[in-house]
Amino acid sequence: MGETHSLEERFQAYVDAENKVEPKDWMPEKYRKTLIRQISQHAHSEVVGMLPEANWITRAPSLRSKLILLAKVQDEAGHGLYLYSAAETLGADREDMIKDLLSGKAKYSSIFNYPTISWADMGAIGWLVDGAAIANQVMLCRTSYGPYARAMVRICKEESFHQRQGYEIMMQLARGSEEQKAMAQDALNRWWWPSIMMFGPRDEDSPNSAQSMKWKIKRKSNDELRQEFIDKTVPQAEFIGLTIPDPDLKWNEEKGQYDYGEINWEEFYQVIKGNGPCNAQRLAARQKAYDDGKWIREAANAYAEKESKRKAEKVA
Amino acid sequence: MNNSDLYEYTLRLGDTALILGQRLSEWCGHGPVLEQDIALTNIALDQIGQARQFLQYAAELKGGDTTEDSLAYHRDAHQFRNLLLVEQDNGHWGDTLARQFFFDTYNYFLFERLMKSSDERISSIAQKAMKEITYHAQWSAEWIIRLGDGTEESHDKIQKSINDIWMWTGEMLEADELDLRMHEAGIGVDLTEVTALWNDKVDEILKLATLEKPESAQHQRGGKRGVHSEKLGYVLAEMQHIPKSYPNSKW
Repeated sequence: MGETHSLEERFQAYVDAENKVEPKDWMPEKYRKTLIRQISQHAHSEVVGMLPEANWITRAPSLRSKLILLAKVQDEAGHGLYLYSAAETLGADREDMIKDLLSGKAKYSSIFNYPTISWADMGAIGWLVDGAAIANQVMLCRTSYGPYARAMVRICKEESFHQRQGYEIMMQLARGSEEQKAMAQDALNRWWWPSIMMFGPRDEDSPNSAQSMKWKIKRKSNDELRQEFIDKTVPQAEFIGLTIPDPDLKWNEEKGQYDYGEINWEEFYQVIKGNGPCNAQRLAARQKAYDDGKWIREAANAYAEKESKRKAEKVA
Repeated sequence: MNNSDLYEYTLRLGDTALILGQRLSEWCGHGPVLEQDIALTNIALDQIGQARQFLQYAAELKGGDTTEDSLAYHRDAHQFRNLLLVEQDNGHWGDTLARQFFFDTYNYFLFERLMKSSDERISSIAQKAMKEITYHAQWSAEWIIRLGDGTEESHDKIQKSINDIWMWTGEMLEADELDLRMHEAGIGVDLTEVTALWNDKVDEILKLATLEKPESAQHQRGGKRGVHSEKLGYVLAEMQHIPKSYPNSKW
């Protein structure tokens, strides 16, 4: 017992000194498990997050916008790969992680359970959803686990590009015809609250946060990140003449921050529990890709085995 | 060389790249493993990129206020000049792969020759695209081999996919009047040359994959002159829906 205690103390001192934890370093079991959960759910979010946007690739209204959207969704698949690799450095198995996603045991970001019902949603997702993701990920560039921090540095570069592209779509719509402007406002109305829910529960309702902050996995609290996001995003909406759908939103001179209305936490917890508008469809799509892909993965494995046998025979 | 021939020929190249890119992008997010989702989306991206270059050129040849987008979004099926092959359904992964393999093999030999086109614009587009097409051809051939020489199930499935798509492959290898005129002008290519190379490559890969080449020489034609299969109307309805609903808007 005494020795375990001292290992944990040494670990804490190590992260307190802003050192990065690497795969072969000793780490508390709970630190490892927390990270596997967080990184794999982050990976799943990238993969499930491809679906709402992929929904509009075939309908993108210009060839340029089609190309940009395709490239973006492809980047997300790549982010998924980085993150699965990062989780694997902690001893997790990608196949198991995917099974946990499909069974509903592992979560993914609540935002991807909302439907994309107009082209403007591509703008709103890029601007708001990627914007919220970036706020979170910029913080994670300084997370204490080395492979996760390095994945975040690479991912953030691409994400900020996506966010600018999303804002560009919104700007184009907001400055377009009356119909386009209405489309943009409608998308903002539907995506605003789900986006600020992305930061998770209120600090007082987020029981794991304290330990994660202590281990420097998280560097800022949910509410801190949410506030920063709101303060940054409100002027962007004003700049293009769109209205944030929150009657309680107002600048607080004293704090130097925006006050904002109450989040619908009932909706948030329902979505997390699997009862959002698209939870069933998103998982069904992933399950179908997995099931339909079975014979292809088996073929690739069988062929690889035959090839290595043939090579071995050649050498002999 | 008259301008309308060059325009038609450029449209064929652009439309074929566009419709294939459109089909492949339907796969995005639904591939059998993440790596192959990325690979196929990447090919879709290359196809759309090539389509834009050819359609930009076609728009310039047409003049007036024609743009790549007016060509893509405001023509109807009878005005599209893509090969019938590329508008066929994705089906399952094997169906998509069979279509892709036959197309990529053709496209590789086609673009190898288009790089030497006397039309500078076409030759420069082809040179840029060649790196991408080389990757596509290698990727799809590898998958044909993997599926053919994988499990019994994958062997039977890909053999059926090959048999099913076969009737749409002949059109790309068959020269019509326009192909002949373009070849004579040094802009287009000699499709008999492409056909011979295509047959050799297809034979080689199918043999490695332990698969049979279908025997039928019968094939469907019409895409190059705007007579399409029943599939294209649906592809266009989906692709063109927004610009047609809001014809005066910019995106």
